[in-house]
Amino acid sequence: MIQHLNFGDLLPYWDVFARGLLFTIVLTLTSTVAGLTLGTAGAWARTFGPRWAGALTRAYVEIIRNTPFIVQLFFIFFGLPALGVKLSENTAAFIAMVVNLGAYSTEIIRAGIEAVPKGHLEAGASLAMSRWEIFRHIVLKPAIMNVYPALSSQIIIVMLGSAVVSQISAEDLTYAANYIQSRNFRAFEVYIVAALLYLLLAIGLRALLRGIGRAIFPKG
Amino acid sequence: MSLVSIRDVRKSYGAQEVLKGVSLDTGRGDVVAIIGRSGSGKSTLLRCINGLETYQSGSITVDGMAVGDGKTDLRTLRRHVGMVFQQFNLFPHLTAGENIMLAPTVVVKEQKGEARAVAESLLEKVGLAGKFDAYPSQLSGGQQQRVAIARALAMRPTVLLCDEITSALDPELVNEVLKVVERLASEGMTLILVTHEMRFARDVGTKLVFMHQGRVHEEGPPKALFGQPATPELAQFIGVQP
Amino acid sequence: MSDFSFWIILQNLLLATRWTILLSLIAFVSGGIVGLLVLLARVSHGRVLRILSLGYIEVFQGTPLLMQLFLFFFGVALFGIEVSPWVAAWLALTLWTSAFLAEIWRGCVESIPKGQWEASESLALSYGEQMRHVILPQALRIAVAPTVGFSVQVVKGTALASIIGFVELTKAGTMLNNVTFRPFLVYTLVALIYFALCFPLSWYSKRLEGRLNVAR
Repeated sequence: MIQHLNFGDLLPYWDVFARGLLFTIVLTLTSTVAGLTLGTAGAWARTFGPRWAGALTRAYVEIIRNTPFIVQLFFIFFGLPALGVKLSENTAAFIAMVVNLGAYSTEIIRAGIEAVPKGHLEAGASLAMSRWEIFRHIVLKPAIMNVYPALSSQIIIVMLGSAVVSQISAEDLTYAANYIQSRNFRAFEVYIVAALLYLLLAIGLRALLRGIGRAIFPKG
Repeated sequence: MSLVSIRDVRKSYGAQEVLKGVSLDTGRGDVVAIIGRSGSGKSTLLRCINGLETYQSGSITVDGMAVGDGKTDLRTLRRHVGMVFQQFNLFPHLTAGENIMLAPTVVVKEQKGEARAVAESLLEKVGLAGKFDAYPSQLSGGQQQRVAIARALAMRPTVLLCDEITSALDPELVNEVLKVVERLASEGMTLILVTHEMRFARDVGTKLVFMHQGRVHEEGPPKALFGQPATPELAQFIGVQP
Repeated sequence: MSDFSFWIILQNLLLATRWTILLSLIAFVSGGIVGLLVLLARVSHGRVLRILSLGYIEVFQGTPLLMQLFLFFFGVALFGIEVSPWVAAWLALTLWTSAFLAEIWRGCVESIPKGQWEASESLALSYGEQMRHVILPQALRIAVAPTVGFSVQVVKGTALASIIGFVELTKAGTMLNNVTFRPFLVYTLVALIYFALCFPLSWYSKRLEGRLNVAR
């Protein structure tokens, strides 16, 4: 027998949803900025940096890409305190997101750098630019432009993955949904609404990233 | 009664009209060479004949079958109209022999053994006996194009369309492909070719068609047209003073 | 109970790893089968099929896997059917996997040059025959590397089944942590085991990709 769906029972909790949604948005935006910065540094290390930095970065990337985000999160939140590093739920969630996106974007941006024609580097060197100047002024922007679609997809994947931070009680959208369904026992309706909100977030984020891409890159 | 009859065919991409009312008759055994500048509509016209492109008005019939009227099944039509492409378009995951056998076995449901015998004899005909098990990547451009011709012949077409089949080839490989086509012509195969090989058009063609700005600008016996072009455009195109 | 030895922890984690592997395999295979159907709909000539499959992919790629798990776990119960975490995880992972694989494979199908379609069309092959004999065999070759690569995502995705109570590697880690109070050791081991499962797949995928590029 099918129970009747009842979305009315969700209305009293709209503010809980709103707070969770806001948290997820803020977490995504801040960790994206930090994660891409980390990724750019990582990509530099892999291509222009000293050998040891490249090797270290490679290990970091492989470890992160080959373990689940939830395990990384648990390691940071539950495991690190054993070493004396105590983090709040929100800080741990933020760090886990940054570390995760950092690894993926390192790899993506590195691919973008390798697709920049060698002649451009040689042209820069011929103009007496230093290796750093070449990276900063000649390589970086075209590299990111090369892989911007892949980078955008990854940012959305990381945003959706952030649902897991609810498991350490960071108060995101999923945490809000869990809270509400524990009160009104309308699990299915609550998660349908939450899933819909995530879908809207993904669509909105994609539009935002496309807009940013258009603004930054010529005829991108 | 012509085998391929094209009547006042018009086609446009958006606002740009690429075929502005083309009519052309091809009889059985004819070798029609279509020449003209790029963008004159010659390739588009050829691709309309086997339904790879649609057209907006006019009519095309091949052996009594109307093309693009929505009534004739394009697959039925294509069993009788072979096509060879500029870029060969061999199937890279199949050997030369398998390329040739594919349509006969899949479409016509020929027995494997029978199709294989046909493929082997066709390969021999195009001068590639022994290349049955070679993959396209192991063949030169000229060899690939000859396999592509054999592949089209395996369906025993009533007419063969050739779309600039030597344009993607290195100069020294052009002749081996043209020789195969010439032999087909001498055996009575009906051919419609879009080509840049003027000497071939003159020596092998039974009819020359000069297309200019989406129209048939001039047509007639190749030797006459090459000797005495009637319009300044053709004269300029083939590089003689009118 | 902090006298749980290292070996007992490791042994329990490895036992639970069997379930991670099993769930990964089953979800990957069934996700591949469903994904193939979604792909065929996505590249078909039918407008309705194309739009429906696009919507399917958008929804499953645009919502968190965790939400999908919750919806299967709690949603199917609405129909009065008791769902075990195992079944819910299998269903959710299957659909999630199918959406991603369908999209990966669509990219492979669309990377086949137009000339291949035209040549096979000119040989009077039907759409189905073109797909079966010309397009899919070539797309398959290109698809192997990214498909193997995505299997890593499936293995990692199974970790979320722990949240609805399916005892696999991550859940076992959480349970062991609760009794041993040695989170650093437990989660390091859990991470290492995942790494041991995923890294070979990543490595193999990259190697296949490299080989394909050389072949071209």
